[in-house]
Amino acid sequence: MEAVDIFSYFLLLLLLLSGVKVVTTSNVIHAAIFLVFTLATTAVLFILLSAEFVALVLILVYIGAVIVLFLFGVMITRAPLGPNAELDNDQNKLLAAVISLSIFGIFTYILLQTFDSTVVISEGTSTKLLGEILLSRFVFPFELVSFVLLGALIGGITLARKDNALMDEDQI
Amino acid sequence: MSIQPLLIAAAALFSIGIYGILVRRNAVMVLLSIELILNSVNINFVAFNAMLSDVFLNGQIFSIFIITIAAAEVGIGLAIVLMLFRNRETANINEFDLMKW
Repeated sequence: MEAVDIFSYFLLLLLLLSGVKVVTTSNVIHAAIFLVFTLATTAVLFILLSAEFVALVLILVYIGAVIVLFLFGVMITRAPLGPNAELDNDQNKLLAAVISLSIFGIFTYILLQTFDSTVVISEGTSTKLLGEILLSRFVFPFELVSFVLLGALIGGITLARKDNALMDEDQI
Repeated sequence: MSIQPLLIAAAALFSIGIYGILVRRNAVMVLLSIELILNSVNINFVAFNAMLSDVFLNGQIFSIFIITIAAAEVGIGLAIVLMLFRNRETANINEFDLMKW
């Protein structure tokens, strides 16, 4: 067993532990912090799999922007910040565990039956190649995604704005 | 390094996210669980990209697109939750049962 294998097993274990904590902790802020742990571990895993640019995008977009949005959402909706026993549906827990475990079983069975090869960890960086492909072969989806982001921005502002139906013209 | 531990971990993360969606009562927590699911899909894409050693890097490009769409989804989702909270004074998804038969 190589050092890379041991390191990746350690990372995957950390990933799963923090992922479990995200859905089981009874404190809203702790769940967001554990999501940060999960995403940071994923970014390290991506660097290990020679996908540096994706790792940096993950850190910038998720840890930089999405988590801040989540913390804003938690605080605006006035969820209790301390430990909160009301956060979970207790009568759903057994059913949810059965469903998620059966999904995990089916996925694991199919994936282990189908894929049995090794991951090739390439030397050097692929970021230059990634940029060239993104702006040549994938340039149409790339531009389309910018329109999606613009639509999401306008939609978010329109939804979150206060009493937009009642606004008079002289109030603007 | 074999691909199998990566795939198992991604499947486990996916089912953890499903569990979170089914169990959580606060709408913001449900959105957090959706992020876990999207993250597991990203791990799968990057792992398959490394397994196939794709010269066009399709897996990495798709995971970048998924991250972008996830950011848009979080913005819209939190705006909807904010709107619901403003109208109903709660973020508990058990109380949003107007369209439940």
